[in-house]
Amino acid sequence: MLKLLKRLWVIMKSPSTASFGFILVIGFLGGIIFWGGFNTGMEATNTEAFCSGCHAPIVKEIRETIHYSNRSGVRAICSDCHVPHNWTDKIVRKVQASKELVAFAMGTIDTDEKFKARRAHLANREWQRMKENNSQECRNCHQFEYMDFSEQGKRSVSQHSTALASGDKTCVDCHKGIAHQLPDMKDIEGW
Amino acid sequence: MKKFITAIFTVSVIALSAPSAYSADDVVMSNSGGVPSLRGLVEISDVNQSEALKKVPREQHLMDRNYVQQPPLIPHSIRGYQVNLNANKCLSCHSFKNAGAMGATKVSVTHFITREGTTLSDVSPRRYFCLQCHVTQADAKPLVDNTFTPVDSLR
Repeated sequence: MLKLLKRLWVIMKSPSTASFGFILVIGFLGGIIFWGGFNTGMEATNTEAFCSGCHAPIVKEIRETIHYSNRSGVRAICSDCHVPHNWTDKIVRKVQASKELVAFAMGTIDTDEKFKARRAHLANREWQRMKENNSQECRNCHQFEYMDFSEQGKRSVSQHSTALASGDKTCVDCHKGIAHQLPDMKDIEGW
Repeated sequence: MKKFITAIFTVSVIALSAPSAYSADDVVMSNSGGVPSLRGLVEISDVNQSEALKKVPREQHLMDRNYVQQPPLIPHSIRGYQVNLNANKCLSCHSFKNAGAMGATKVSVTHFITREGTTLSDVSPRRYFCLQCHVTQADAKPLVDNTFTPVDSLR
């Protein structure tokens, strides 16, 4: 074993017939192809079309909401809220999503009835995730620092200037079902 | 003989086809019967200009009732509020449980009464769908004159 390692080391440190520049160019191009390909693949799994592949009826629910159709024409897609934007968190979430592939293969929610039965569980998991990261995906667009209370409704101000400002509550504590139909809200705080 | 039959046939064909030679305009002079509707004197077959959609203000002052049994009007926007089997967004502020903390008007106890007259501990199913009676208001001018005046106690 040690012998083998020694031989490898000799090969590695002995001058190669390939030029230094050539190796550099190969490495550089390889890096671009690998990293670019990885990112492209990652982006492809972040599109609405990709999500709709399995979650079509759920994706459709957003159409009635302000995150799909509104006065200024800015809209959110699935990944804006359900996939963290920060690179490391995104990778973690993407790896977790491999479990969802198993669920897909087993057909855990492949009928309307199965999905309805599981909806509360799925929604609670997502609310919990957002509670833990202080509604990071909301805050990627809606930043508290730049909220103008004079432009908000009275009801909004009374919540945002108190519970949200003090950090007592986070966005998702109140803003549930803003892009989807709600599950059974019995025993959910505030309902 | 053959010529005679041909002549009769030709005459009868002309005679029979003549009445159907009137133009479509003569009959469909007016399909509204000349009666103006609330959308104006527009033929049913015409596409008329629709009114611009009324905008519900995000927030407005509390609106007075016009008659004593009138369900109070909703003075705020309710876009995206879900009221269904799973959730009732209205009650997340107006229920007895939440009204205090949210500074909202409590739903009246009359909403707890079933149609048999039993008072439940929470909103009765027949009164669950708030928007059946309570509605938002937009600045819409009356389409026809109205001489209704509220009773003295509401004036």
